[in-house]
Amino acid sequence: MLAVTARKIFRSAIYLLFSLIGVAGLYFYMEYEFIAAVQVVVYVGGIVVLIIFSIFLTQESGRDMKEASLLSMLFTGFGVCFGAVLTLLLIDQWNFMPSVEAPLVPTVQEIGRQMLSTTNYGYVLPFEVVSMLLLGAMIGCIVIAMKVKASDKEID
Amino acid sequence: MHMNEIGLNQILFVSTILFFIGIYGFLTRRNMITILMSVELILNSININFLAFNKYLYPGKLDGLFFTIFIITIAAAEAAVAIAIIIHFYRKIKSIQSDDAGVMKF
Repeated sequence: MLAVTARKIFRSAIYLLFSLIGVAGLYFYMEYEFIAAVQVVVYVGGIVVLIIFSIFLTQESGRDMKEASLLSMLFTGFGVCFGAVLTLLLIDQWNFMPSVEAPLVPTVQEIGRQMLSTTNYGYVLPFEVVSMLLLGAMIGCIVIAMKVKASDKEID
Repeated sequence: MHMNEIGLNQILFVSTILFFIGIYGFLTRRNMITILMSVELILNSININFLAFNKYLYPGKLDGLFFTIFIITIAAAEAAVAIAIIIHFYRKIKSIQSDDAGVMKF
């Protein structure tokens, strides 16, 4: 919760870092070591570093951020608490029946075989689509953030 | 097995709290980078949900695991595009508060 209420922006990024490491620890406890490792490498090592770089690029690390108006914070807090309590009560009264199937240990070989097979439980189509999406996102980022030296006019 | 002592409800409790904290941060913050950080928190809580359901209700299949991998990937791509837009925005108007984003209105 400190990540969303901190005043200085750099501290908020560090709190986000700790939250993401905590989530990776939760994955580790649920015996999904592969996803925990992926989370640490991609989220913590990639996205948080990207966010910190962009904080430095926009040069606001020292100053305090303006706070939202007290009225909007109050209403948002009230709405969020209401939604949270509603959802939690709903979850409590739901009977989840545990399954009796044999547990499948997700080793890396099993994940790889299932991701690339085209038969039952094959995930090769989303895999290809997501790789094309990554390519498009990379090209888009480079195009958007390029500094074109010819145009120095401002947007009206 | 020691895993069943934690139970499904507790993990869903954690992920629900995280989700609503993320929504509070998303609606309250004015700096665009902190809005992005709240979105990442929301996506993480969704991942916890997927993995918890996969482990407790469908231990034989790996559907939740694959969906989680794709969500992590797509969240990374989307965060990169958002950072690119924010940097471009900062070069034109020297501020990243969401109040000043009215200049992008049609």
